[in-house]
Amino acid sequence: MRLQLSPEDQAFREEMRAFFTSAVPQSIRDTVAARRELTKDQLVESQRVLNAAGLAVPHWPVEWGGRGWTPLQRHIWHEEMMAACVPPPLAFNATMIGPVIAAFGNQQQKERFLPPTANMDIWWCQGFSEPDAGSDLASLRTTAVRDGDHWVVNGQKTWTTLGQYADWIFCLARTDPTAEKRQRGISLLLFPMDTPGVTLRPIELIDGGREVNEVFFEDVVVPAENLVGEENQGWGIAKFLLGNERVGVAPVAMIKRLMAQAKQHAAEITVGGAPLSADPLLAARIAELENEVLALELTAIRVVANSADGKPHPASSVLKLRGTELQQAATELLVDIAGPASVASFAGEDSDVPGWARVATPSYLNYRKASIYGGSNEVQRTIIAGSILGL
Amino acid sequence: MEFSYDDEQVALREAVAGLLARAYGGDQRREVTATDPGFDEKTWGRLAEMGVLGLPFAESDGGMGAGPVEVSIVAEEIGRVLAPEPFIEAVVLAGGLVSDLGTDAQRAEVLGAVAEGSLIPAFAHTEPGSRWEPAALAVTATEDGGSWRLTGVKEPVPNGARADLLVVSALVGGATRLYLVQGDAEGLTRTGYRNHDGTRSAKVAFDGTPAQLLGDAAGDRTAAIEKALARARVAYGHEALGAMETALTTTSEYLKTRKQFGVTLNKFQALTFRAADMYVSLELARSTVMWATLVVDADGDVVAAADRARLQTSRASRHIGKEAIQLHGGIGMTAEYKVGHYTSRLTAIDHLLGDGDWALSRLAAGVTEYETVDPLA
Repeated sequence: MRLQLSPEDQAFREEMRAFFTSAVPQSIRDTVAARRELTKDQLVESQRVLNAAGLAVPHWPVEWGGRGWTPLQRHIWHEEMMAACVPPPLAFNATMIGPVIAAFGNQQQKERFLPPTANMDIWWCQGFSEPDAGSDLASLRTTAVRDGDHWVVNGQKTWTTLGQYADWIFCLARTDPTAEKRQRGISLLLFPMDTPGVTLRPIELIDGGREVNEVFFEDVVVPAENLVGEENQGWGIAKFLLGNERVGVAPVAMIKRLMAQAKQHAAEITVGGAPLSADPLLAARIAELENEVLALELTAIRVVANSADGKPHPASSVLKLRGTELQQAATELLVDIAGPASVASFAGEDSDVPGWARVATPSYLNYRKASIYGGSNEVQRTIIAGSILGL
Repeated sequence: MEFSYDDEQVALREAVAGLLARAYGGDQRREVTATDPGFDEKTWGRLAEMGVLGLPFAESDGGMGAGPVEVSIVAEEIGRVLAPEPFIEAVVLAGGLVSDLGTDAQRAEVLGAVAEGSLIPAFAHTEPGSRWEPAALAVTATEDGGSWRLTGVKEPVPNGARADLLVVSALVGGATRLYLVQGDAEGLTRTGYRNHDGTRSAKVAFDGTPAQLLGDAAGDRTAAIEKALARARVAYGHEALGAMETALTTTSEYLKTRKQFGVTLNKFQALTFRAADMYVSLELARSTVMWATLVVDADGDVVAAADRARLQTSRASRHIGKEAIQLHGGIGMTAEYKVGHYTSRLTAIDHLLGDGDWALSRLAAGVTEYETVDPLA
């Protein structure tokens, strides 16, 4: 039991902080700080800066760009990156398909895909969810039928985040419709988004944004060599992919940034001659939220520090559940501090409503997604009740 | 930052857990708490033999020279079986004040005896009308030819009737100072009673009662009391963790075995999701309380860390205590079944040294003074 970071980890933290606050272009970090949408070019540029410094995929195997860090160092890397408003490496590349190819791909696939995946020369999107397969992913109906040396894919995916920017998709498809257990008949295929028969339709969300898409497949021809792992092994790969990330599950640094912004804005708003931050009810709400975020951060550190043997700590299931709840609570706080200005989401250039107040409500609405994606919070409760409490 | 226990700490936990399981593994607690002093003197003696009662005191004072992590391990095991022995009250709080402030002679006289189990001290601080302040309110001390006399009432004083020695806060001029009062002192009237959780408190009345100044420095002891209370809040946080863990596991076991509508209760998602939320509350409180103990160990901002632990533990213990009864149903209401006693004890812990809203109010007052909370700084 020790409170302080070791001198090595303290030095590591300072090294990360110095890099993230100096090497990544200020314009990109300002965009993140202002909670505005990043362009495709900004996201690619940012990840390439990280990759050039060996900081894009530190958790990958060392031969493919990994750093062999301790879990605590990875945690520090992630938190310092987020605290500095640096966009994290694209999850689809860095934490999803990259580790999957490194673990399940053949040598040829590793050589072909891993370097460009780390460097964002390929932008990946995720083809998992379907209209009738959300939390119940195993009920997916997209099919891949073997025809000589290729697969023919038909069906539909949905909630494909940033699919409009993607070069390639990693896609779960049913390859054995007769399998006794439906989980056993699924495979993972890789193919370019410009393959004939792939069409993409954006979905407008309640915040006015279009970050997710529907993707349709009509007789899409995929070379047999683009199968990852064994045929019908896709469910195991998908479980590996979704359970792979232990660091950054709880968006602690992002929540802390939002809280700091909320406090700053509340101090700048005057109500009846006093700053809004002096309102005792608001101060109590902020203090309680901060304490819950502290508990979350400490739990995240406890979990990473004790998962060195590769097995996740039982408390890791808490991180996604509580992390998304607190992320949502922080976005809600900003809406409430913006007050009447919070409705002016799309005000024009001559508006006096500050940028942070304009973006507050769309962001709050957007982050309702957080307790739904990546295994909804109800799925997390099912996991806690089943795997931990044995219920 | 590192949250794992070393081999010696694991061995300490196993030893204490084993001792307390023999003492309270069955239905003994109801029997023990039914009669005064509300705990088992034999178990107290065994804890002394194991070295537990001298853990936090310096070896030169007759203690073990261990730290707050070892104290936290004992407190958790006490909470796990709801052992009524006044470890935190006598050793951590009253003993801690003597250890912090006592003269060489006072430490030599008191702490070795506490460690041996032959002397049980109590901290007489709360007064009618006071509400978790570190200063004394109306009990006064007067000097009379080089000796001190106390007048006024302290209540409720945890374990105040059984205690052999009272550490008493009292006002002199505007300052709060601390005094030692022997249990058999003249002009001392103690009326003990049972608390709702089976532990004991007392009304302690001083009427010109002779007292000895704790330490030899003049001046106000409010800050020292605040710090000692903070350490005790953190220790109570660990006792609460142990109690919450048992309340949750007891509830989970019950859900797996109790049948209604022809099935076990764990078939009802409305119930299992609530148990999952109890687990979330427990683990978040655990992280905060463990961190607070590390802050005590490093002698950091102990008061602020204790407030944070207090707030998180208060919220968690109310959540878990109430849900544990509700998920059991009627059986959880009975004195014969154990889970309700956990709720009662958690409720007592929540109010002994400051509740969640009290801690929140203190934290809220300073919320504009920093940008973010950084536990790694």
